[in-house]
Amino acid sequence: MTSRNSRLGLSLFAVYLVLYIGFVLLNTFAPNTMEATPWAGINVAIWYGFALILAAIVLALIYGVCCGASEDQS
Amino acid sequence: MIHSTSPIAILFFLIFVAITLGLSFFLGSRAKSSQGYFTAHGQIPWFVNGVAFAGDYLSAASFLGICGMIAFYGYDGFLYSIGYLAGWVVALFVIAEPMKRLGRFTFADALNARFQSRGIQLAAGVSTLAVSVFYLIPQMVGAGVLIQPLLGLPHWVGVLLVGATVIVIVVTAGMVSTTWVQFLKGALLVIFSAILTVMVLNRGFDVKDGGLDGYQFRTLGPIAGEFPQAASDVPELADYELLDTGGKLGFPPYLRTRNKETKEIVTWLIDPQTDGKALLRECQTLTQTSSGEVLVNGLPKGVGPGHASLRPVGFLSSLPDGKTSTRPIGPLKFISTLQQSEVVLWHSQKFLSSEGVEPAEVTTIFSPHPTPGSQVLRPGESPTFKGIRSDKFVDKLNFLSLMLALFCGTASLPHILIRYYTVKDAAAARKSTIVGIACIGFFYVLTLYMGLGAMTSGSLDVSDSNMAAPLLARGLDENLFAVISAIAFTTVLGTVSGLILASAGAVSHDLISLFTHEKLSEHEQVRVAKIASVVVGCLAIVLGILFQSLNVSYLVGWAFSVAASANLPSLVMLLFWRGVTKQGVIAAVLVGMVSSLAWILLSGDTFAAVYGLPAEKALVPFSQPGIVTIPLGFLTLIVVSLLTKPKTAV
Repeated sequence: MTSRNSRLGLSLFAVYLVLYIGFVLLNTFAPNTMEATPWAGINVAIWYGFALILAAIVLALIYGVCCGASEDQS
Repeated sequence: MIHSTSPIAILFFLIFVAITLGLSFFLGSRAKSSQGYFTAHGQIPWFVNGVAFAGDYLSAASFLGICGMIAFYGYDGFLYSIGYLAGWVVALFVIAEPMKRLGRFTFADALNARFQSRGIQLAAGVSTLAVSVFYLIPQMVGAGVLIQPLLGLPHWVGVLLVGATVIVIVVTAGMVSTTWVQFLKGALLVIFSAILTVMVLNRGFDVKDGGLDGYQFRTLGPIAGEFPQAASDVPELADYELLDTGGKLGFPPYLRTRNKETKEIVTWLIDPQTDGKALLRECQTLTQTSSGEVLVNGLPKGVGPGHASLRPVGFLSSLPDGKTSTRPIGPLKFISTLQQSEVVLWHSQKFLSSEGVEPAEVTTIFSPHPTPGSQVLRPGESPTFKGIRSDKFVDKLNFLSLMLALFCGTASLPHILIRYYTVKDAAAARKSTIVGIACIGFFYVLTLYMGLGAMTSGSLDVSDSNMAAPLLARGLDENLFAVISAIAFTTVLGTVSGLILASAGAVSHDLISLFTHEKLSEHEQVRVAKIASVVVGCLAIVLGILFQSLNVSYLVGWAFSVAASANLPSLVMLLFWRGVTKQGVIAAVLVGMVSSLAWILLSGDTFAAVYGLPAEKALVPFSQPGIVTIPLGFLTLIVVSLLTKPKTAV
């Protein structure tokens, strides 16, 4: 059960890591792309920032629900 | 700006302190054993622990520093919010459950679970102390910075007050009272930030020429011709005489004039336009003389005739479609409207008086710069992050390095890690981290609205970015200001308690036992921890007073980098690599700690801020150490572990 949790944790971590690295690299090497306003008149910098915060909360909840479920079974 | 003392703020603050101290004494009876003292018997409910995580983590730097940075420079402050939150993902997915399984009291326990080595105990204990003390300094300095404008007391009183209160909290009931103080503070901070955000959205935007005091900053011109002669033809300057700047005080772009009647010196920014003409924009100046006098626009600082004070700022110069007011506005519309507006941002520039002029003066000129909202909301506009818009690769590395340190730092902070031992099992540790992430994430979204709200509030103090959030509240409602000020102050209390407890744990649990032959009894351990709390608390008070002029957020970044470089490599590798040896762990902790400290001491930021030397003379190419020293920690651990691999290993 523990190893299942930590495998799940690591894969969710990988998802977030990709998002975060994407954000940091985009800011560093293509800061001008952050100025585009793709939707609702709000720029990529803000959307991506909100998305990262939301992603952290959503991934944390997914992890919590899945780990809880596996503990109930055991 | 001159901040008047707010009796309601003092009242609220005293109520908070009374509640926390009352709670401490009430709970003190339950914390006699070392289990109770360090970990609250592992009986803290996970939800309370989760909110306490937020209370522990959201320090004065988060609340005041980030809001201030957003209010002054726009989006760049939000990058800190994102980085600080991202670190929690590492904490939850990688560190939380193993930490809980391996350790009992301190971070050194977890590192040492496999080896039982005195060397690891020593190295981890020292790194805990180093990180905690570096983190303590900015918190204590923050307390002093806050108390001056908020409660009208001098810097050292603030530091002493916080230090004394925290020592009482920690000594009476250790982790039990610390947890409840942090819970209270975390909950209040998030709730009142939400209220503040709703009020900002409700207020919407207005186009103005000045701040809440009703003063309208002047813009003259356009003027053609050569400065300074051209200024003598401007009708609005008829009552002013031109001051001979003689190359002093940065002419150009600044033009200095003195009002013939009031003797007020008005400084103008010469703002060249595309048609070859120029506009004159009214600036504000703050002068500090070596004799201790403070002048605003050339007049003694104060109220009444013959005196002047800095005027509040923070306003829009235009809204989209030529509107002048928006009424209440939705959270997304708030940002898209700002994106198409024009905001007046204030830049500051310092000038020293020429040599030989007595008394020596330092003059800061604050000049208005109308800036398109699209520029305010993009990264790379602040001095800290302007490197990302540079063509040189080295300038970009500084940003990468900071974002890496923030990502890796959170999960390595000892005062955060000890919170994993206050809940009963790994599942509770996980659940409380999730609650923590939700609270902290929500709060960081709010920082963007509070910061941008403060930027357009009309109540900003150009000379003090740390005051942006409390002053935003003052502009909206005096009672709200009182509550927010008191919360900001409790913010310091909560974080400082956690830090002192972490240091006391390291001393009494990890370090002292190395020097005594017999194992300390439970009772003795608690006594040692209480003595250590008092000593660390007093040390924090002294450092807080000594370092009062140092920039707060600068030191917080320092602590994150050292924590990430010293602690993270060992924590992570222990979990994922069986080949780790005790020599490897000791070497990694020491190399990570020493290299990151040395890098910071040799960096351009420290040269400029601490030694007063030119930043170009620094011995390292960029200021943030993380991108070099974190990999160095990992490398050291791997190499030393391979070299010291037991020969009998199968």
